[in-house]
Amino acid sequence: MKTAIETHNLTVAYNRRPVLWDIDFQIPEGQLIGVLGPNGSGKTTLLKSLMGLVQPSSGYVRLFGQSLDEVRSRISYVPQRESVDWDFPISVREVAVMGRYRKHKLLGRLNKEDHRLADEALEKVGMLSFADRQIAQLSGGQQQRVFVARALAQQADLYLMDEPFAGVDAASEEAILSLLKEMKQAGKTVLIVHHDLHTAHQFFDWMVLLNTRLIKCGPTSSVFTADYLKQAYGGQLTILSQVSDLVKARDFPIRERSFKDQPK
Amino acid sequence: MSDFFTFSDPNVRLVTAGTILLGISAAIVGTFTFLRKRALVGDAIAHAILPGVCLSFMITGEKHPAYLLVGAVLAGWLSLLVMDYLSSRTKLSTDTAIGAVLSVFFGAGILLLTSIQHSGSANQAGLDQFLFGKAAAMTQRDIWVFSGVAVVLLGLVLAFFRSFKLISFDPAFAKSIGLPVRRLEFLLSTITVLAVATGIQAVGVVLMAALLITPAAAARFWTDRIQVMILLAAAFGLLSGLFGSWISYTAPSMPTGPWIVVLLSMIAVVSVVVAPKRGIWARLRLQRSNARKIRQENILKAFYGIGEAADAPVATVAVDMLRQQRPFEDIALQLGLRELVKKGLLHKHKPGSYALTPTGLQESRRVVRLHRLWELYLTERMNYAADHVHNTAEAIEHVITPEVEAALLRELDHPILDPHDAVIPYQNPSKPSAS
Repeated sequence: MKTAIETHNLTVAYNRRPVLWDIDFQIPEGQLIGVLGPNGSGKTTLLKSLMGLVQPSSGYVRLFGQSLDEVRSRISYVPQRESVDWDFPISVREVAVMGRYRKHKLLGRLNKEDHRLADEALEKVGMLSFADRQIAQLSGGQQQRVFVARALAQQADLYLMDEPFAGVDAASEEAILSLLKEMKQAGKTVLIVHHDLHTAHQFFDWMVLLNTRLIKCGPTSSVFTADYLKQAYGGQLTILSQVSDLVKARDFPIRERSFKDQPK
Repeated sequence: MSDFFTFSDPNVRLVTAGTILLGISAAIVGTFTFLRKRALVGDAIAHAILPGVCLSFMITGEKHPAYLLVGAVLAGWLSLLVMDYLSSRTKLSTDTAIGAVLSVFFGAGILLLTSIQHSGSANQAGLDQFLFGKAAAMTQRDIWVFSGVAVVLLGLVLAFFRSFKLISFDPAFAKSIGLPVRRLEFLLSTITVLAVATGIQAVGVVLMAALLITPAAAARFWTDRIQVMILLAAAFGLLSGLFGSWISYTAPSMPTGPWIVVLLSMIAVVSVVVAPKRGIWARLRLQRSNARKIRQENILKAFYGIGEAADAPVATVAVDMLRQQRPFEDIALQLGLRELVKKGLLHKHKPGSYALTPTGLQESRRVVRLHRLWELYLTERMNYAADHVHNTAEAIEHVITPEVEAALLRELDHPILDPHDAVIPYQNPSKPSAS
């Protein structure tokens, strides 16, 4: 199996406080992967650093064995629903077709094929009949489905989704879930930040368990054990968080200058 | 008036056209400022431009529009950088950073302006008009330069419209597909600074934020589509520019800039009040129609209750009986009865005595059914105690749509009795009654 995602010594700090510390893992292609961990454990930050949206303090990411910029057109990102203003004056269709924007077509027009792919994606998530609605008129679950449709329109091979099941009604959850299975059958890799432990082990065949550091990464059966879950959720990491606080309070660098990042 | 609108005087023509163009470009650029929730930043930029304008005059000794623009853009950019730095690198909150930059830059500008005025420079006359605008006093050269810039800005917004829309809505996604978000934001900010720098010719530093933000804010009330919103904002900018020029032409002591802003504010107030759906008027009407519905349905329910208590459909009901059934307010009761007669749900027998028509009977059954279904749903599915559900159901019965009713019936499997063992009335009473 080829590797879809790998991180090496990935360390990220916000305002100097380390949120991810030396994360190393590899994930094969074609899996449904859940990223799990308690609140503030760095799940969203992990996704953002895979997508190049936050700058790691050290370490690096490889997607399909290459750097992000080399494979960007094969990657699709679904941000958290709350990250945008849903009162923005655009229609469902306009959001979906954003999945067809390309960086080298900054000024160019979208063509018929782009619009067809966007509509097809809306159809797949069951939102085509809402295409002309303003996005504020949708329920939370429907808004999430529109975000997923935008990602589908990108026709990527790797999908990174941030909490697609948060605050979602049963119908939307089912729609998204069956879509995920379909995507897996088509050989796509989907990485999902997820908060609900109860559903996690049914949803995913691979898991990344986080709590600032990597607890465990592997097939669900080997990760979803009482022992690892307790390490992620139960244990108080007093000394580690003490050191984090120190780094922040003293404005200390998280890496020394001599540290070498990527092997060239 | 006719004098003005024939535009026979070439100078009037030029000034008006220039003012309108500045208004339109500020409105269109301002739509993105508004949508990115950066209205205050726009205001700060406008104020921060003053020292740049003054400095460029002090250095060049000229009021050439190109020099003034360069000074304005540099000062505007510096203010943006300082705001960004203060809010990201210090513990100051964003609003503090904006406020600090606005007042410090503006204060410096006033200081420079005062010192220019006292320097006795022959060329300094009219520089203070940057404070409140000087549309009517623009020279031909001014108008050509500023209108030229305005046209370029419009072209840029049009060309980058799709990208600007995306970075305003979802910058993280824009970055994820590899769009040069930083550079696009830089471009949009520069366009904003330029729009402000040209716009202050018409309305001045102090009122510039109004020219930038008000058209977009007013337009937002009328539409849910960004394209329509931009066109509306442009139209508002155009109208206020046109009529502002007209007012200052017919009443020469009247300043153009403040009038433009007054007109824009009037457009905004009208939009806030009368716009469909989002306007205050529309919301009041909706509330009134809700109140009407509640009033009527409560009366129908009282009719049903009287019939149920008598264990037989009552032929006619006196108003006093309704009052005994439910403590109505007198005015509401009279009003509701009249409305129901008009809708054909009640039939007036003689003064003070009414009967349900067949549709009225159906309607009264519907309201009671919804009330009892909701009570049952609360006790059965939400684990409320039976003596705690009545008041909630009193309110909810009026909102339940036919779709929700169908869902309730499915969920509860067409129940016969409510939690208080009262029969739930169906449209065609084919179901066996409980007794």
